[in-house]
Amino acid sequence: MTNSEYNRYKDKAFQVFGICCTFFGLVVLAIFLVDILIEGMGRINWEFITSLPSRRALRAGILTAWTGTLWILVLTAVIAIPLGVAAGVYLEEYARKGRLSNILEINISNLAGVPSIIYGLLGLEIFVRQMQLGASLLAGALTLSLLILPIIIVTTREAIKAVPRSIRDASFALGASKWQTIWRQVLPASVGGIMTGIILALSRAVGEAAPLIVIGALAYVPFVATGPMEEFTVLPIQIFNWVSRPQADFLINAAAAIIILLFITFLLNGVAVYLRYRQQRKVKW
Amino acid sequence: MRTFSVNLKNLKGAGFLLSGALLLSACGGSGSEGAAANENLTGSIQIDGSSTVYPITEAVAEEFRREAPDVKVTVGVSGSGGGMKKFSRGEIDIVNASRSINADEAAAAEQNGISYVELPVAYDGLTVVVHPENDWANDITLAELKKIWEPGAQNTITRWNQIRPEWPDQEIHLYGPGVESGTYDYFTEAVVGKSHSSRGDYTASEDDNVLVQGVSSDPYALGFFGYAYYEENKNKLKAVPVDDQNDSNGQGAILPTLETVKDGSYAPLSRPLFIYVSSKAAARPEVVEFVNFYLDNAPELSEEVGYIQLPAERYQEQKDKFQEFANGVNQQAAGANQQ
Repeated sequence: MTNSEYNRYKDKAFQVFGICCTFFGLVVLAIFLVDILIEGMGRINWEFITSLPSRRALRAGILTAWTGTLWILVLTAVIAIPLGVAAGVYLEEYARKGRLSNILEINISNLAGVPSIIYGLLGLEIFVRQMQLGASLLAGALTLSLLILPIIIVTTREAIKAVPRSIRDASFALGASKWQTIWRQVLPASVGGIMTGIILALSRAVGEAAPLIVIGALAYVPFVATGPMEEFTVLPIQIFNWVSRPQADFLINAAAAIIILLFITFLLNGVAVYLRYRQQRKVKW
Repeated sequence: MRTFSVNLKNLKGAGFLLSGALLLSACGGSGSEGAAANENLTGSIQIDGSSTVYPITEAVAEEFRREAPDVKVTVGVSGSGGGMKKFSRGEIDIVNASRSINADEAAAAEQNGISYVELPVAYDGLTVVVHPENDWANDITLAELKKIWEPGAQNTITRWNQIRPEWPDQEIHLYGPGVESGTYDYFTEAVVGKSHSSRGDYTASEDDNVLVQGVSSDPYALGFFGYAYYEENKNKLKAVPVDDQNDSNGQGAILPTLETVKDGSYAPLSRPLFIYVSSKAAARPEVVEFVNFYLDNAPELSEEVGYIQLPAERYQEQKDKFQEFANGVNQQAAGANQQ
């Protein structure tokens, strides 16, 4: 076998290996989805979505869980987006490269890898106890904001970095200030990437149960929250609770609740894809 | 999507409510229909703690809504330990517990000026299970269980015939709840003699359904978990009768059933489940009403969710005990007012 033939085989082998890897992930996901859909789809109806939790699996619903999840989602977005994007812009555009910015950078990357339950403990001490917010929606949203801030900061920086130098130079050449350049050129050009990061971060936040259980989110809440200071539950906690019950009917409820949670996450991801697509069409250099 | 609006008045009001020790809601609805006496009760009751006791309390809270629709009862699942911590800091009114309060927690409560009353509400029978095709383990003694589970058994007791010579020369595979659970604490206390102490080389899961799955698919498995999980999966599991070698509470090996757990002959693996009510909470009428409602309905509701009721007279005892506690709290409060 000549050397070039050998290399071609290697190339082929790697291709096959790559395809197998891709399909492995997809097949596992497909099995999971089909399994959940078969088990839970029959349980989803209007009553399930509008009922309170109950000891009787067939009467139990997820009203307080999904409304709690929406509340958390909106509050977390309102808190985390401005903070995260502003921090990203600062680090990328303003911060002088040096020791301090290096330390900041390393720490932010590290924070992205901290287990979520640690953020829960932090939230319990700072928001619930020190700031006396109690086990409220606001305390939950603040905790989850901390959890996803590193992701938003990192993706914002990456998106800004992707804007070509020439755009900035052109803007400065026309006499624009730094702020005008960022606000009118850099941010609009990178909004697709930033939005993708934000929405992926938010999808992670809606799937969290552990940090919220630590700060005191509840399992049985018989009322829909009407303000950010009220107690709450969220879908992942409801699912966790049902999965660990002995009666098989609760497992079906859990599957149905997982479908609703997946639906919310897919919806978010869909929005992200759409926004990026629209932005890509608009920006032409 | 919901629109987001911060209502400043709401925020302030709610913040005040949460920061205050008294959580009496100021905005109780008065539009109640019907004539039941409790319909004009308002306020909120915060409960947290054991996920084992949770199903009973959830059922009671659900029923209580019909009795007193304007009382907001919420129930969390932060575990017996987590719940006790909040309880001893005065952050919640009632704690669900699958074990008794320990010395540290009692001291913390005392430091914060909180006294409390312990009320057993139901039993759970910890069930020792094997694979249904296991035809040798037809009974087991407490001493044998200890031999299997004590810390010293790690890496030494690994085969069935080490426990009883006539049992097969096969590896034994152990399944049990995670070390954070009250179930684990109780089992180790009852079997090994020391709470929270056992061998570490067993398959542990916080989710009992995983344990059911494990034991039902492994012919050489032995595991333990709450009675409800056995009851729901009877066709996939075999329960092993346990002999505590103490004839005063039933002779020989005894299988957990509604009767043997209730009458105490399934000792020592039947364990009581508790709620604890704090003195601050017992001064409020809605809490008194809720606890009485709890004790009245616990027999029926606890069996509905998979636990075992106490003997009927025990519930009356608990009601009397609670009444006495609540009276004491109120007298103290009245005394303080007069001074």
